[in-house]
Amino acid sequence: MITKRIIPCLDVRNGKVVKGKNFEGIKDISSPIEFAKYYSDNGADELVFYDITASAENRVIFTDILKEVASTIFIPLTVGGGINTLDDFDRVLKCGADKVSVNSGAIKNPDLIYEAAKRYGDQCVVISADVKRVDGVFRVFSKGGRENTGLEAVSWIKRCVDNGAGEVVLNSIDTDGVKTGFDLEMLSAVCDAINVPVIASGGAGKMQDFVTLFKTLPKVDAGLAASIFHYKEVEIKDLKQLLNRNGISVRI
Amino acid sequence: MVAIVDYGVGNLFSLVSSFKAIGVPAVVTRDESEIEKADKIVLPGVGAFGDAIKKLRSTGLDKVIVEQVEKGKELLGICLGMQMLFDKSYEYGEYEGLGLIKGNIKPIANVIEENLKIPHIGWNSLKFTVNKSKIFKYLNEGDFVYFVHSFYGADCTESVIATTDYGATLTAAVGKNNVYGCQFHPEKSGEVGLNILRAFCED
Repeated sequence: MITKRIIPCLDVRNGKVVKGKNFEGIKDISSPIEFAKYYSDNGADELVFYDITASAENRVIFTDILKEVASTIFIPLTVGGGINTLDDFDRVLKCGADKVSVNSGAIKNPDLIYEAAKRYGDQCVVISADVKRVDGVFRVFSKGGRENTGLEAVSWIKRCVDNGAGEVVLNSIDTDGVKTGFDLEMLSAVCDAINVPVIASGGAGKMQDFVTLFKTLPKVDAGLAASIFHYKEVEIKDLKQLLNRNGISVRI
Repeated sequence: MVAIVDYGVGNLFSLVSSFKAIGVPAVVTRDESEIEKADKIVLPGVGAFGDAIKKLRSTGLDKVIVEQVEKGKELLGICLGMQMLFDKSYEYGEYEGLGLIKGNIKPIANVIEENLKIPHIGWNSLKFTVNKSKIFKYLNEGDFVYFVHSFYGADCTESVIATTDYGATLTAAVGKNNVYGCQFHPEKSGEVGLNILRAFCED
């Protein structure tokens, strides 16, 4: 049977891995290549690389890092951040990415997902949505969680999937960095609306949070986290043993 | 030397890196003589069957591959590259494959349980059929590999060398004489995947 995936996320800025809280107060940690090797050797099922640099110069540094990671790590790599055009898809795919995650780029240009899925296949296109409750409604935010787009999240995600997105990363801004568990209510709403893999992101604080996630929402395919893995608060190997003991199928 | 057939489809970065990692020289090529000189051939592929087979035929390399296989050279098809080894595909139409493996490519939607997601994406375990194939020499039953596909090899019982369970028993790999094919991605399946490539490259 197919296994639940555990995915560490590496936010890379100026060549270094960073992690903030509620998308603000970002702190540098260390080398993305070291992180990638460590995770790959210790049970990660996939890696997500997010390029949060703004300048073109640092974008070159990012693609160099990506190439180095992709030539040493033989598990799937998803790359996001600054993906606005088909040329951006091309750029990261040539550096060894397997999937490309689109966020603000799809909000600015809704045809991007359709065009990319047509050219590279649905399996290559991931819609990543930063979602926050505003007056009781799930709203999509852009620009790294700073700007409310006014879009209702569930219908927006459904539209992206209809256009060809083959996977969804749902980042709850409300639970991001808070470490009190995944946003089960938000995830449930999205899972009910679509039939492609859903990756839960934002809120993991301890191993039990992943057990709760997969037990409560069997339709969720993967759990993504950053800081708890980066600071070794949770070792993926231990997490997988715990999931296994709880009857959740994982790759060990 | 391994020749990775380049017919303009798919991303070969990881595949090239994989051969580098196991210390086997590999070249990405669409040059007939280079494919003829190579010890082994790898046929990669992602995307849609119809488009890919058309591109492969337009390079004329389909004939070169079949010729080399008939001369006894070992061939490994990966993902869509495996599917192209079959007689026919029913992916959005009906297309002739290379006919090196008897069988047809059909939608997994025909056989899996309704509530399961399509494509079949993620890590799933391998179950070997009676005789362990050469390419699984370094593997254990139940090892996990990475899949991404919506279509599968059907009507190919005699060539199946491994299956996987996704709400139905699906063809995970095929092998017949000197022709091998993996539905999953060895180049994305960690050490297990590298071990498959290692075994394939051995004589």
